[in-house]
Amino acid sequence: MAPQGTDTLTPVLSDNWDADQPWRLDSYEEGGGYLALRKALRMAPDQIVTQVKDSGLRGRGGAGFPTGMKWSFIPQDNPKPKYLVVNADESEPGTCKDIPLMLASPHTLVEGVIISSYAIRASVAFIYVRGEVLHVIRRLQQAVAEARERGFIGTNVLGSGWDLDVVVHAGAGAYICGEETALLDSLEGRRGQPRLRPPFPAVAGLYGCPTVINNVESIASVPSIIDNGADWFASMGTEKSKGMTLYSLSGHVTRPGQYEAPLGITLRELLDLAGGVREGHQLKFWTPGGSSTPLLTDEHLDIPLDYEGVAGAGSMLGTKALQVFDETTSVVRAVLRWTEFYKHESCGKCTPCREGTWWLVQILERLAAGKGREGDIETLLDLSDNIFGRSFCALADGATAPITSAIQYFRDEFEAGMHTPAHELFPPEASTLFATAGANA
Amino acid sequence: MAESTVSPYSTGDSAVTEQTIAEMRELAARYPVGRSALLPMLHLVQSVEGRITPEGIEACADVLGLTGAEVSAVATFYTMYKRRPVGDYHVGVCTNTLCAIMGGDLIFSRLKEHLDVGNDETTEDGKITLEHIECNAACDYAPVMMVNWEFFDDMTPESATALVDDLREGHEVKSPRGATVCTWREAERVLAGYPDGRADEGPAGGAATMVGLQIARERGWTAPNGANGSRKTAPATEPVPGPRPEDQPGKESQAVHADDERKES
Repeated sequence: MAPQGTDTLTPVLSDNWDADQPWRLDSYEEGGGYLALRKALRMAPDQIVTQVKDSGLRGRGGAGFPTGMKWSFIPQDNPKPKYLVVNADESEPGTCKDIPLMLASPHTLVEGVIISSYAIRASVAFIYVRGEVLHVIRRLQQAVAEARERGFIGTNVLGSGWDLDVVVHAGAGAYICGEETALLDSLEGRRGQPRLRPPFPAVAGLYGCPTVINNVESIASVPSIIDNGADWFASMGTEKSKGMTLYSLSGHVTRPGQYEAPLGITLRELLDLAGGVREGHQLKFWTPGGSSTPLLTDEHLDIPLDYEGVAGAGSMLGTKALQVFDETTSVVRAVLRWTEFYKHESCGKCTPCREGTWWLVQILERLAAGKGREGDIETLLDLSDNIFGRSFCALADGATAPITSAIQYFRDEFEAGMHTPAHELFPPEASTLFATAGANA
Repeated sequence: MAESTVSPYSTGDSAVTEQTIAEMRELAARYPVGRSALLPMLHLVQSVEGRITPEGIEACADVLGLTGAEVSAVATFYTMYKRRPVGDYHVGVCTNTLCAIMGGDLIFSRLKEHLDVGNDETTEDGKITLEHIECNAACDYAPVMMVNWEFFDDMTPESATALVDDLREGHEVKSPRGATVCTWREAERVLAGYPDGRADEGPAGGAATMVGLQIARERGWTAPNGANGSRKTAPATEPVPGPRPEDQPGKESQAVHADDERKES
């Protein structure tokens, strides 16, 4: 069921991106920025938590956990300091929403950081941004400095008597640090390896203190909820998936990019806006939310892209990273490359993931080379079954997702890998951006 | 202390100076617990040394009260830290699935040929280090390349070779969604936490960033009640009463930072 009563696209987070220098504080304020902060500082912190809870905002980093509920798990009777950590380590293959948001309007995030810190009574907040995005880091650094100059950050924020420090922290290249407990280890100056839970970060997070870790888009959504109210936010989206969100279309589509819509829009609707699959080609498979979410096919064009809708189709909404592949693409090649990625990024802590991804790559390599052996497909499935759910974090689970789903929908292509190389079945040149129409290798 | 230990692996030409050490201490003071600054400090080492050197590792260890092994364990975990000298320009080609399929694989092999280097190798003139990289969160601009971690969008083998030629010949190169390309060492200094004042260069985003917003504008689509407009209604500045005193997060929390060296500006 498509969302009712709202426009097809609902720019809120992206609304100021076409303003003059939207990354500057003056420009952001001209568009109404930092009014939510003033409003929030007149509220009790618990009122903010309640408002965010009532809005139905769920984590935009992939898991979809209700943001307000996460905040309410912070034990306020714990005498230790509380911390807010923003997960800006956007690295999930296909995911490209937080980086453009922070590049265009870093103050949307910074204002959200200040309000959210106030709500959970944190006096230090960190924005952990991946290191490989220099200009985004420049803009974040400048935004925090501007906010500090204006008294939005620092001692006695806007005369409220409350102090807040915000640190922009650049990572150094490790996908695993997008996993929240690995991120905490990394932020403590260690190798980024996940922690055993419980205790959950809300109880014992950064430096063993109560910590909230939220995705960029989740935190950036907070000012709009304070500005316009929980009901306004909840008027967008579907029954259990509220609000607007950034859908990122990439791959074989005519107009790839960011589309901010209420949760529950379908890929068919999005493709319609994006000019469809590139001319002369048809949809073959797609990911709903990055490479760790099981592949879907053209059977699934009309499922609502909300948490429940995508789960109902056997996948996950994830980060709403819609990677679209047309019929020129070898699914075996695609899955091999993703699996090589997981092998490279496995932190090495848990045996099933460290060793399992290694074995998966070996089998997929021979299938892609047309040298697969009898029983390889069964071994892939068996390995995946032994990897899934047997590690500290979800990286291993994610590694199996493309494999099991690709075999489910395209088993014959894996079988062809017993005798024919993928590049013969699907000449790579035909899939490229610069392939001329009808090009063949 | 810093000057006392000479690592057996010392290259003997370390550029780590007293100023570097002072900046490391300053970075450590930005965090409730100093060790949190280790990643930024290692970026600083790269900005000074052009790579992670034994001297850089020892300097970090001295400042933070860690062993060299503890710092090495961290430095070797993260792919952005390089043990071998990096050229003036680190050129990354995304070869994760989507970019690879959109042309990244062909671009990478063309560049290897063109530059006569393999993965993670540097050209003889010391200008360019070529590396295939993982997803850099710009999939809507695939195939993507990065030069010193600035975006280069919608690349082709031809535009890729032209780009590296321009870099080698010392021409000014601008990222379509970033600043004029600086050197790798200068970029590392920004990552360490020392802004270079160039945040205002470049646009808010490229065509793919703006595509949805543009369609919404054309068709008059907005969030409910024109809420994007409602963010513009209230006056920009007004005296703001603070929160009620009983709701203020306790100052007592600050006292818990026993080993806190946080900077007060």
